[in-house]
Amino acid sequence: MAGNLITYRECIKQAIREALLADERVFMMGEDVGHYGGAFAVSKNLLQEFGPERIMDTPLSEAGFVGAGIGAALGGMRPIVEIMTVNFSLLALDQIANNAATLLHMSGGQFNVPLVIRMSTGIGRQLAAQHSHSWEPLFAHLPGLRILSAGTHEDARHMLAPALADPDPVIIFEYTSLLNMEKELPEDLTGVDIQKAKVRREGKDISIFTYGTGVYKSLTAAEELAQAGIEVEVVDLRVLRPLDEETIVASVTKTNRAFVVEDASKSVSVSSEVSARIMERCFYELDAPVQRLCGAEVPIPYPKHLEDASVPQPAQIVSAIKTLLQHA
Amino acid sequence: MNLNPDQVKKLLSQMLLIRRFEEKAAEMYTKEKIRGFLHLYIGEEAVAVGVLQALQPDDNVMCTYREHGHALVRGMEPGVIMAEMYGKLEGCSRGRGGSMHLFDAKTKFYGGNAIVAGHLAMAVGLGLADKKLQRNQITCCFFGEGAMAEGAFHEAMNLAALWQVPVLFVCENNLYAMGTALRYTHAQQDLEKKGAAYGIASSSVDGMDLMAVMQAANEAVDSIRQTGQPHFLVCNTYRFRAHSMFDAELYREKKEVEEWKQRDPITSFKELLLQQKMLNDEDYQAIEKQVQQEVEQAVAFAESCSFEPVEELLKYTYSEKAN
Ligand SMILES: Cc1ncc(C[n+]2csc(CCOP(=O)(O)OP(=O)(O)O)c2C)c(N)n1
Repeated sequence: MAGNLITYRECIKQAIREALLADERVFMMGEDVGHYGGAFAVSKNLLQEFGPERIMDTPLSEAGFVGAGIGAALGGMRPIVEIMTVNFSLLALDQIANNAATLLHMSGGQFNVPLVIRMSTGIGRQLAAQHSHSWEPLFAHLPGLRILSAGTHEDARHMLAPALADPDPVIIFEYTSLLNMEKELPEDLTGVDIQKAKVRREGKDISIFTYGTGVYKSLTAAEELAQAGIEVEVVDLRVLRPLDEETIVASVTKTNRAFVVEDASKSVSVSSEVSARIMERCFYELDAPVQRLCGAEVPIPYPKHLEDASVPQPAQIVSAIKTLLQHA
Repeated sequence: MNLNPDQVKKLLSQMLLIRRFEEKAAEMYTKEKIRGFLHLYIGEEAVAVGVLQALQPDDNVMCTYREHGHALVRGMEPGVIMAEMYGKLEGCSRGRGGSMHLFDAKTKFYGGNAIVAGHLAMAVGLGLADKKLQRNQITCCFFGEGAMAEGAFHEAMNLAALWQVPVLFVCENNLYAMGTALRYTHAQQDLEKKGAAYGIASSSVDGMDLMAVMQAANEAVDSIRQTGQPHFLVCNTYRFRAHSMFDAELYREKKEVEEWKQRDPITSFKELLLQQKMLNDEDYQAIEKQVQQEVEQAVAFAESCSFEPVEELLKYTYSEKAN
């Protein structure tokens, strides 16, 4: 059954509203979430609706308010902390890596941290080197965290509730370049499984493993490849830690070929990890070596043509897969 | 302060150049010649002009993403700045940085930094290098009041005081960090006190008044050169435009903006000069005309420039030659 068209931005907003309505302990804080209405207008009017106790504007103090979010979670609240963009998250990385990710373990299981951190991410608006980071792999490196990537409208709408229900810290990456994009949401969908990757399109010839902005790009490429008679399976990894190995293995076992796509630069990335897991678990299932299409190993430049050249484009996915299948 | 007519005309034309250059940049943004983020300085011109006139060519300058004005006053070519904003190869950063990342080694302009407070500790380091190498230079570091809530500000202030480095910290207090007003971000809104708390000589000044800024900056720079110690200067000002081109300005009243516009630093300075007969209407028209020409030339230059070939994408990820 078809739902109505909805923007990715509205999906996130509805999820936040729902969370605030569902549980008194939930509050959101971050830079410009209140009076400004959210740097990307995601939280527009939420301050008016919920008041300053539940929509808290913070100063520019990422380490401070992320640390305070961890403390509030320890103290019984259910904070949603918004870091305006991933680019500023490193100012809070110490709090995330040394406190949020470790407290449960260090305390021998006594203190869990039920905190959700949301941050917008990604390349594509010509914001140059300091504002175009794809740091999902950096966070996915850290045991103790659950790292989610909302590459679809469905996940933008439905990941927050299970993230808040999780007893441990969860980071949700949202994608700025998708904010204005409209899609139909399946009406019957009420939640998503934040333990599992999701097969977005079934196919038998090759599996694409991807996340974030790679999902729609890969679906576009798969559509085009279908015209050429190539049946691509698109797997949205979406849980970047802990990685859902079983879904990956099942897909490779079915298609016998794997292609990994991500915006982040290639070295020490999510695709490195996925490739290694496939090698460990599915070596004898493979008809060809795992191939990857990743971001260029460069700080992202400002001009459009260079920015475009820095990240995978659907046309490149199409031609890489055609080549891979011919040579297999 | 005794200024001759040539000096005052230069100051006025510098402020006017920032204003007209940025108005043109905004126009070119709507024409999609300039993309990404564009943060205008309009309304705050007296700060950059008033502070930078106190420096020598050897001194270092570090700014935020709202730095077109500082770059112009520092003597970077308007055309080269515009070309950078167009993303062209002939721009001051080969087009790779855009509006937020103007760099120029010649004028010792160490950039627009787009991570709030990200450059403050580097300014301490530049000062430290000058001190160790016994160079009689200072480093001038601009930032907004929003930056003063970051831990990085406090660490930099403490280091600067502890190590006694010749750095002028200039807070451009325009009352808003994006859309969040000063009263929501600082418990202690008397910003000057935050420098003093670290034992740094501190002062504050009406940033809409060019002459006042000049005086405060001259005093600060003199004392830094004499003592080798840092100074913290708060310039109270206001941005007339949105935070960036993406801002709907839901967080402030139009009336407030209009009130501040009554204190336009360019108009006030011009009126003062007319009153004191340092300037007449004809002079002013001539300055306007000259500035307009410079801006038109800047655009023509940017239009005529080229884009870097895509084959060069990976260039400058690492140095090409040994140090
Ligand atoms: C560490 C960091 N956090 C958030 C941002 C997003 N951001 C860019 S400018 C800005 C406001 C800064 O205000 P202020 O320091 O007062 O300078 P102004 O823009 O007013 O000149 C914010 C929140 C950023 N660039 N860096």
